[in-house]
Amino acid sequence: MEWDWNFTFQIIPRLLPATLNTLIAAGLGYLIALVLGLALALAQRSRFRAVNAGVREFVEFVRSTPLLLQIYFVFYVGPQIGIWLSPWTSGMITIGIHYGAYLSEVYRGGIESVPKGQWEACTALNINPARTYFRIILPQAVPPAFSGMSNYLVGIFKDTPMLSVIGVAELMHTANAIGAESYRFLEPYTLVGVIFLLISLPTAAALRLLETGIRRALGMAG
Amino acid sequence: MSFPTKLPAGDAPMVRFLDVTKRYGALTVLDSLNIDVAEGETVSIIGPSGSGKTTVLRMLMTLESVNDGVIYVEGNPLTHMERDGRLVPADRRHLRRMRSNIGMCFQHFNLFPHMTAIENCMEAPVHVLGMNKKDARERAEELLEMVGLKDKLDHHPSHLSGGQQQRVAIARALAMRPKIMLFDEVTSALDPEVIGEVTQVIRKLVREFRLTMLMVTHQMEFAKEISDRVCFFDRGKIVEQGPPGEIFGNARDPRLRQFLSAVLAAI
Repeated sequence: MEWDWNFTFQIIPRLLPATLNTLIAAGLGYLIALVLGLALALAQRSRFRAVNAGVREFVEFVRSTPLLLQIYFVFYVGPQIGIWLSPWTSGMITIGIHYGAYLSEVYRGGIESVPKGQWEACTALNINPARTYFRIILPQAVPPAFSGMSNYLVGIFKDTPMLSVIGVAELMHTANAIGAESYRFLEPYTLVGVIFLLISLPTAAALRLLETGIRRALGMAG
Repeated sequence: MSFPTKLPAGDAPMVRFLDVTKRYGALTVLDSLNIDVAEGETVSIIGPSGSGKTTVLRMLMTLESVNDGVIYVEGNPLTHMERDGRLVPADRRHLRRMRSNIGMCFQHFNLFPHMTAIENCMEAPVHVLGMNKKDARERAEELLEMVGLKDKLDHHPSHLSGGQQQRVAIARALAMRPKIMLFDEVTSALDPEVIGEVTQVIRKLVREFRLTMLMVTHQMEFAKEISDRVCFFDRGKIVEQGPPGEIFGNARDPRLRQFLSAVLAAI
């Protein structure tokens, strides 16, 4: 089997919109995961025992089962219990929850790394709990958690091909379709790999720069 | 044992600990402690480590709860609140209301590292007291000037020396206009050459502000100089208390005498 440049150039226009879909899926999934992860992390620090025990179990459960299974489950089992979701919606929800569970651990580690004295200063100054979290604790918790958080952005990006199994028209799905039509798999799959590399390498580098920038902006050298 | 829901007005001290006990598991840190602090009084607490000194301040700042007994501030219960004529443990709202009278400085400063000196001093006045930014800034500038840091307003804590950080922390606490100030070993984490700049500020507070102050310290000379009264703690109890001249010059209790000679020998 030889590499066919003509064919390659023919399929690139089909892969580009799919690339955009992959980026949207990764970005949206990450946003959901960031917000949900924070909520899960805060809930695990709740003073209501039932809440934090329940959330802890949930996080453990999500982290101990495969993402692919979760995607299938939401999309195929959902309708059987009356929850009909489009491939996009169920995909985004599943990725958001799955990575939210992982991110909650990253947040938790970050929050725990903030010295106890910071909480005590907030109590002494009578700063309310919400402001204590959002203005005092989290700005100090995020910089140490930042590299963990950005790893999961790249992780989500690389996991978006799993959405192809429920028909989200991202890169993998499109490459599969091209392969099925033309019986040529070498070019589409190679291109998908190249596209992933071209995006994830610069992203990782940019995130490292951003991390340094954030630390500097918050007055925390090193 | 029942505690009064309120101390009689006129007779109420600024702070009263009434049979306060604090335990961590099997360890009793404070054992039925009774102590009064009058308005405007400066009280130093000395004693060996592990004697419960710091716990006194931390309970008063509501950083620790009591196991038994009641703390009163200006005659009103701090650790408890009244419900149907009886005292019940304070809820968060009660604690919030009561601790607005109290400010605290810590051994390790606990400044907010992502905020500049002036932001540290403005955060709570603006967002807790609801002051407008301009007034809060003016007040913060005044206080930072008072502690000798007029030229460091926009510096982050990481760019300040320990002594400077502690002075910012004092200004930050004062910005909330507390009636009671607590100093928890505020010079213990400092290099010897900058201790003076912090004690100088505290001296100024004693002279110029009508604050009630409780200070845990290992600096005997300083305690002697500024205190109205010195309390010697050992094993969760006040073993001896009195004016500094008496405590340092004429100690009666053998444990205090032993403590003082050990501390003074170390210098």
